[in-house]
Amino acid sequence: MKMTKLVYPMILALAVTLAATGCRNHKPVGVTPIGPGQAGNPNDIGAGGTMGGGGAGGGEQANINDFDSMTPDRAALAAYTVHFAYDSSVIRHNEEAKLQAVASKLNSDPSTKLTIEGNCDERGTEEYNRSLGDRRALAAREALAKMGVDPARIRTMSYGKDKPVDPGHEESAWSQNRRADFVLLHPKTGA
Amino acid sequence: MKIRLEIYLSVLLTALTVVLCRGQDNQNEITITRPTSGLGTTPPIPVSIEGFGSDVTAILKFDLYVQGFTFVAPDAAQYQISGTSAGNVVGRVADRFAKTTILSRSYNGSTLRGQAHAFADDIVFAITGKKGIAQTRIAFKVQAASGAGEIYVADFDGHNAKAVTDDGVIVSAPAWAPGRSVLYYNSYKLGNPDIFYHNLKTGDRHVIAHYSGSNISPAASPDGSRVAMVMSHGGSPNIWVAGADGSHPKKLTSTSEDSSPCWSPDGQWICFATKIHERRVLAKVPAGGGEVQVIRTSGTPNPTEPDWSPDGKWIAFTMQAGEFDICVMPADGSAAPTILVRGEDPSWSPNSRTLICARRSGGHYVLSLLDVYTKQVKDIRQISGSDSEPAWAR
Repeated sequence: MKMTKLVYPMILALAVTLAATGCRNHKPVGVTPIGPGQAGNPNDIGAGGTMGGGGAGGGEQANINDFDSMTPDRAALAAYTVHFAYDSSVIRHNEEAKLQAVASKLNSDPSTKLTIEGNCDERGTEEYNRSLGDRRALAAREALAKMGVDPARIRTMSYGKDKPVDPGHEESAWSQNRRADFVLLHPKTGA
Repeated sequence: MKIRLEIYLSVLLTALTVVLCRGQDNQNEITITRPTSGLGTTPPIPVSIEGFGSDVTAILKFDLYVQGFTFVAPDAAQYQISGTSAGNVVGRVADRFAKTTILSRSYNGSTLRGQAHAFADDIVFAITGKKGIAQTRIAFKVQAASGAGEIYVADFDGHNAKAVTDDGVIVSAPAWAPGRSVLYYNSYKLGNPDIFYHNLKTGDRHVIAHYSGSNISPAASPDGSRVAMVMSHGGSPNIWVAGADGSHPKKLTSTSEDSSPCWSPDGQWICFATKIHERRVLAKVPAGGGEVQVIRTSGTPNPTEPDWSPDGKWIAFTMQAGEFDICVMPADGSAAPTILVRGEDPSWSPNSRTLICARRSGGHYVLSLLDVYTKQVKDIRQISGSDSEPAWAR
């Protein structure tokens, strides 16, 4: 009973907060944009939050707002897509030359940043693959960090199995789909 | 001496044979009845259905089949369901053995479909004493070949489906806030896999997690005050818990291959899939933080996508051994998992008896209902494209 009594004010407070945010933006059906100080911004994490303690993948990632404002260039590093073994996020030795090329490109222009997109073949369950794709991108990020690229210039994301390059249902297609793509980010012109 | 020994031996042998046969009999009995759980082995309850129009008959049969009933002639039925559906549904259930009427009622909801579902729920309650599922709702994702998709909500049988997003981007993993018309889901609308809060009544929606890396697989706590999710801005995909609005996120795990969190119904635990000592396992962690404990799932390799039943007794999950199978095990680990049917991503009905899951069919998914006791499976009505990642409102 006591628990229930405590929960109601919490829900009410939440409802009021959400309603207030909705009113301020006058977009009841749209998406509330992300801005400084709103929930969802890493700067907003209070003293109780535990942002640190990152895993092995090159440590904690930089603020996403630093990347959202940049212009993606998918062609620049398209030749250096790294491929993976089944259900693995380990960078194979014969893929390291491609990562060296990506590192050189990034180190030649400090104004650029990088998005690494992890992808999977169609085997594996959906959310597992979304997590696996992320681990592939994080493994590539870690390798680039070891090659001297500041990991704060790199952000990762995963498409799971939602963006196959080959829609086939056999190993020749799957081996192409288990990959990490590199997207170069340029500062917005005039910014 | 010799004769005596022979007699002695033959008596001993006879006694042994009797004991052995008894043992075998007992074994057979155990094999047949499976008194531990009845998962996948319970015979369906035979009923007959007479007198309704074909549309109402079809609805009743669908609703009852996925809750463990089978259809036979009236003289073979344990329960005889009869009535009419001219204008509105008028229904009756008789117990053929007890020779009594256990339900007699007329319905006047707005549609015949709605009336038939209400009658189906009354039938289930009259026969089993359990609340039925025929008037419940589900959410799921519908994906086009391009990879883009939308989040849908529908009746539990796939009828009255309605898209609640219109973004034309990759979406995934809808999850209900318990008891409310509120969904959390993952959308790439802002160019990153982010977690959205969406109030379906007001249309209000907010991004509650938009960090570098993944922000995926949301799961609302049973009291609605918190949300568990997978985020990777800390350097690897881990389980995090935040307030219902995404505030004060706290990292709960330091395992590095986490996916698909779900809550225990008492709100104490978060169960998820991960890898520990090079083995893919299910594990649980106290929702307030603490030590990660492995959940034993012997005989079911590569478990993912756990869902804890609302009554607290079961954990359903997907195992992968070449193909994908739906498994159910006691949440307290007191018995090994039971492998039921091909399928992925199970979600429990509010009454903890039926699962909705996704099944591969060619290059896409279809959604199906599975009665875990009888293993009866039926596809729900599909939306064109690939329908997957179902979440039962509860």
